[in-house]
Amino acid sequence: MSTLKFIFLLPVAALLLFPRVCGAQSPNVGRPLTPEEIKKIDITVAPDGKGLPPGSGSVSAGAAVYAKSCQSCHGAQGAGKPQDQLTGGLGTLASAKPVKTPASYWPVATTLFDYIRRAMPITSPQSLSNDEVYAVTAYILSIDGIVPADAVLDAKSLPRVKMPNRDGFISWWPKPPR
Amino acid sequence: MGELEKTEAANLREETVAGNGLIHRRALLRTALFSAGIAAASAGTARADDSVGADAPEWMKTPGKPFSAYGTPSHWQEKVQRIFTIAPGRAGTGVSRTPLHLLEGTITPAGLHFERHHNGVPDIDPGKHELYIHGMVKRPLAFSLDALMRYPMETQIRFIECSGNSGIFSQPQAAQVTAGELNGLLSCSEWTGVKLFTLLADAGITKDAKWVIAEGADAAAMSRSIPLEKCMDDAMIALYQNGEAIRPEQGFPMRLLLPGFEGNMNVKWLRRLNVTDAPVDARDETSHYTELMPGGKARQFMFAQGAKSAILKPSFGMSMKGPGLYEISGLAWSGAGRVSKVEVSADGGKSWGAAALTGPVLPKALTRFRMAWNWKGQPSTLMSRATDETGVTQPTRAAWIAEYAPGQGYHFNGIQSWDIAADGTVKNVYA
Ligand code: HEC
Repeated sequence: MSTLKFIFLLPVAALLLFPRVCGAQSPNVGRPLTPEEIKKIDITVAPDGKGLPPGSGSVSAGAAVYAKSCQSCHGAQGAGKPQDQLTGGLGTLASAKPVKTPASYWPVATTLFDYIRRAMPITSPQSLSNDEVYAVTAYILSIDGIVPADAVLDAKSLPRVKMPNRDGFISWWPKPPR
Repeated sequence: MGELEKTEAANLREETVAGNGLIHRRALLRTALFSAGIAAASAGTARADDSVGADAPEWMKTPGKPFSAYGTPSHWQEKVQRIFTIAPGRAGTGVSRTPLHLLEGTITPAGLHFERHHNGVPDIDPGKHELYIHGMVKRPLAFSLDALMRYPMETQIRFIECSGNSGIFSQPQAAQVTAGELNGLLSCSEWTGVKLFTLLADAGITKDAKWVIAEGADAAAMSRSIPLEKCMDDAMIALYQNGEAIRPEQGFPMRLLLPGFEGNMNVKWLRRLNVTDAPVDARDETSHYTELMPGGKARQFMFAQGAKSAILKPSFGMSMKGPGLYEISGLAWSGAGRVSKVEVSADGGKSWGAAALTGPVLPKALTRFRMAWNWKGQPSTLMSRATDETGVTQPTRAAWIAEYAPGQGYHFNGIQSWDIAADGTVKNVYA
């Protein structure tokens, strides 16, 4: 372990070993959260699929959601305009004109589900059902053939989708690779 | 030439610190040569009143305005406003910038702090808002604002800079816009709040925890993965900004403060901290705030803002009023710690002189630098470059550009240059 890393981890280690000591200054007045409460607020979806809810959605169901709730801002088939382009750009990242879209750039498909569910459509976020989010995710991914036209996505299949730029990111934390 | 002027000229020669007229600041403090000054393009109105009885200005002859419950800047300052690229008043995703070139010192007035919202500014009822800490903890907890107020507090003066700040420098042509438009996704405040360490200790993090997923209570539920090391180091749940409750645009009633880390991670309207063993590849750490390099791979989790500086006076939109002694002034900062040195060049980078850091010089805070310049009226190129306490110096723009794919604008910290023409006008140039 490098010295740098060791120094970084010191407070973490201290807290694990001596929680009472480190917490000595605390009035400790947090309200305990119940598992039911956590279930309601925890909308994080991890790349391994942890946090994905029950439900499912097909490409065809997603096309309908998209036409109704997304197309006015993101264009036909996610081509963009007036807002962000959601599809295309595959194979452009190393070119003189990189086009970064969810399809060309995002490393994992779970991000698409997580982001749409928490933030889209931008005028009424958090209004879609889980089935609708699975469906519209499937539809967007189908446009570039990332999932087949008859795909149905759910908590099991979504994390297995292989994004074109899966290996395109290099972590700069805690420090750049050598 | 009189005796006094001769001595002054000799002094100026002695005080030279670099080529093309850069001199030590003490010369500026001593001489009376500081006659012209740098004025904004529009000059103030002159009063012409020579009647003897009316010698006193009007505001000395009538009582002033009454006391006020919450003061506002002088109406003479009404041009000092945030800078918009899209019309103000629009919600949704976008930015407004701090007019750095119209401000002095190092602290940003709260109402001029830059804004970056992903879906507007929420109006959060502080009585209903809670901060949740859950995930890999022994005791999941919720903290009301009242509960947080019972915790020991600390104060840190720290800058926040959007990692997209100054991204315009990646464009092939130098933009002729003000220093605020170029660099104004940058502000510095005095933040007061509760150390995140204390709250995580209350919750009791478990052995395999390594990351904390922070989420805002805005209509974008903005979310980022934060290394646990940072949360245990200098992270703070900020409740106050420059002594008053944090402004809505800055995260009322609470925001995450991660000193030195890119702005987006300092999640505003903080609602939830989910302790995990891995980052989640949130949209704003994949789609955005990642740095594409030549060859098509991208840097992810490049968190700290680099060493950086910008000359604000003179800058685009101002003009030099004839040859004479001027003060060059600007800001320097680094996400890695204190600024240790700022150098200024008046000859396009051929020679450099150390500027005065006119205090306070705090870690991860804006630092003001000043340099005296005896401008003789010739075309000149001004530059500044900062070095931080880790020994890192700003790269040239060309060196920065070479690191990234075409058109990328995150984490720009290359050296910036102003051309001064013989007529005193100031232009942004790539030198
Ligand atoms: C009223 C306009 C509007 C509607 C309708 C809308 N969006 Fe968006 N969308 C936006 C804007 C604006 C952004 C950029 C937000 C930002 O940058 O913070 C965005 C961003 C996105 C992104 C991220 C793009 C990227 O490259 O980072 C995705 C994915 C997305 N929207 C999907 C959807 C889906 C799916 C729907 C329908 C369920 C939808 N949007 C409906 C305006 C809209």
